[in-house]
Amino acid sequence: MSAHILAIDDSRTIRALLTSTLEAAGFAVTTAVDGVDGVEKFQSANADLVITDLNMPNKDGFGVINDIRSGAVNRAVPVLVLTTESGAALKNRARQAGATGWIVKPFDDDALVSVIKRLTGA
Amino acid sequence: MIDSAILEAFFEECEDLLVALSDGLADMRDGNADSETVNAVFRSVHSIKGAAGAFNLDELVGFAHTFETVLDELRANRLSTDDTLLRVLQRAGDILADLVDAARDQVPADRAQVDPALSELQSFLGTSVAEEEEFVFEALTLSIDGPERLGSYLIQFQPGRAFYATGNDPALLISALQDLGPVQVHAETSGLTDDLTSLQWDEGYLTWKVELADQKNDLAIRDVFQFVDDLCDLQVTEIFDNAPAAQIDVTAVLPETPPEIGTLLGQTEEPATIKADKPEKNQKRTASTLRVDPERVDRLINAVGELIINQSVISQRIAEAQLPNSSELHGDLDDYKLLAREIQEGVMAIRAQPVKPLFQRMLRIAREAAEATGKYVDLVTEGEATEVDKIVVERLADPLTHMIRNAIDHGIETSAIRAESGKPSTGTLRLTASQRSGSIVIEIIDDGAGLNRARIKETAVTKGLVAADALLSEQEIDHLLFAPGFSTAKEVTNLSGRGVGMDVVKTAITALGGRVAISSVKGKGTTFSITLPLTLAVMDGMIIHVGGQTMVVPIASILETIRPAKADLSQIGLHNHLLRIRGEYVPIIDLAERLGVSPCSDALTDRVLLLIQTEVAGQCALAVDDILDQRQVVVKSMQGSYGEIAGISGATILGDGKIALIIDPDAISAPPTSDLKSHLQTQRDFAHAAT
Repeated sequence: MSAHILAIDDSRTIRALLTSTLEAAGFAVTTAVDGVDGVEKFQSANADLVITDLNMPNKDGFGVINDIRSGAVNRAVPVLVLTTESGAALKNRARQAGATGWIVKPFDDDALVSVIKRLTGA
Repeated sequence: MIDSAILEAFFEECEDLLVALSDGLADMRDGNADSETVNAVFRSVHSIKGAAGAFNLDELVGFAHTFETVLDELRANRLSTDDTLLRVLQRAGDILADLVDAARDQVPADRAQVDPALSELQSFLGTSVAEEEEFVFEALTLSIDGPERLGSYLIQFQPGRAFYATGNDPALLISALQDLGPVQVHAETSGLTDDLTSLQWDEGYLTWKVELADQKNDLAIRDVFQFVDDLCDLQVTEIFDNAPAAQIDVTAVLPETPPEIGTLLGQTEEPATIKADKPEKNQKRTASTLRVDPERVDRLINAVGELIINQSVISQRIAEAQLPNSSELHGDLDDYKLLAREIQEGVMAIRAQPVKPLFQRMLRIAREAAEATGKYVDLVTEGEATEVDKIVVERLADPLTHMIRNAIDHGIETSAIRAESGKPSTGTLRLTASQRSGSIVIEIIDDGAGLNRARIKETAVTKGLVAADALLSEQEIDHLLFAPGFSTAKEVTNLSGRGVGMDVVKTAITALGGRVAISSVKGKGTTFSITLPLTLAVMDGMIIHVGGQTMVVPIASILETIRPAKADLSQIGLHNHLLRIRGEYVPIIDLAERLGVSPCSDALTDRVLLLIQTEVAGQCALAVDDILDQRQVVVKSMQGSYGEIAGISGATILGDGKIALIIDPDAISAPPTSDLKSHLQTQRDFAHAAT
């Protein structure tokens, strides 16, 4: 069975890009439009990996990671942060919140897929 | 290769984000902003930047990055919102919109516009930002010279606590190493206690040693550990050929299936209560949309047009069959009509779009016009949610731009003059949209000086548009503004006068089946009202009889229908009749006479009067023989076959299959003897030629 990815980003374009890239690579993709939607979907999505944007309305990416890591469901799921910043400070903050790794936007399709394959064992 | 559909979706999203940005900045300017407003503004710019990066739109990304950095400073309260900053942000928002447009049109951005805005933004940032702005992605340098020398590496890592807590799994890392080349894996288990029940899920008890052969260098290995090198005490050492490999105790312990920490967790941990997030006040649901090829919608609209014709054919046949009133067919037919109408409205709604983005663009036009003229003007928009056909939204942009510029350039006075006449120093320009009985009305209302009618007439006389002794009503004078080649500005300003006059505005609106009316009060201001049909292909028409002909008058222009009493009619001279209605006199136009057919009766009391609103002649009463019906008609143009016919705007097919002409109330009511006639005719020719 293909791994199931939950992609959380408030940008339609990024969601579309993630979906098309990941589905082409054989993953099943569920998308969420902001942090609140993402955490809600996470409860039932049974995701093998979560990709989340950091800057989002209603709940940001740090909030999403916090909720996942302190929740009851699937708390050790790998969480990748999508960020436009490559700054060390932001990575540290994401790491402290419990992110597994990060992808710098704009992402390279192959790099993204290979990282996800590695993290999901697909 | 990026999917063009995704790129298109990106530009659509940009439109939305630019609207959100513009809304947010407007709130900030009006002092209605809270911290969430600034966040939302930041996110709009940030989202544009993030997605633009995916398409290598470097100019857009670069500008958005600086813009975003300033907003981030503002968000962190390291900058304060003052007028200068707000102005710079507004300008930056405009430039961002330009950059999006340039990216969409695949043309280079206008650096002469972008660079000043960029340096304005940068002036709010300290010097440190320049360094931070570095947008460098680490590139792997691969050495390709020299024969390949493959070596082995020893990778040792001991996962720490945070390693597991951040969703990592040693089995997956080892499996990734295995993809790079042959591995031998050894787990150092001395950290494990005998009491397995005391184990913590996120504690690192094992140390892993992996020997990986056939590697050019350690880059690929470092890559595998890119997220965890700080979490697992990683050591990567090259094993030289002469190094005793036997030092490593090689026992393969790579599990067949990696243990699923997550599922283990679910069983051992007490389920925590899931906090329900209450929707926040500002939370906006993202509307889900369906993207459809416009051609499919057009096909649907054509089919609906045919359906409406078919419906009237059936109605006619049923009427001719003279069925008893009790026949159920009558009720069924009513249902059919209702459904057809619903389908038509539904189809039209697909194409309908709110005027908001259009109005948003006008905010910018007004801002720029005010800056260029040195006047103080507030543009207030109302009715932004009013929906109009997509084509109408697109084609209104130019006329509205022109009218807004005109209103600011010619209508609104300088603050000095305003102060003299006791008006507030800032002029107000209102741009409103509303739906009124089957039409969309867009108004541009300024509180300026009003039209200078004496000068308008003077100019028109100079240009030979009217005779010097012509007696013109105020409305007729106002409409001279729309005459081709007319321009009242003594010197053509760089702003509103661009070699085109208001006639182009009128042409564009007429082409959409709409009309423009002007009302102006000296010293109080001027209102331009654009009335547009809700839909372009189908209209509500009144079916009338005149001189044995069946014709259609657009309902939109009919105010009321009257069967006149003799007492309400009066005559001036031989041919001119007037109708008195509510204490006012309106001219009666004999439609039969205008069309050159014989009316059913010479007596006006035997006929029906349609009170219509026209642009030039104000209210008129159109005398017709009889009213037959009121129904939707599908408008077909006749110009392709018959050219321009004065007073007729098109034709439709009636239920009996006969063709009925559609009256153009404005043209038919134009006074035939007036000096205006020739110019109106030219103007109409021009307007129709453009369609």
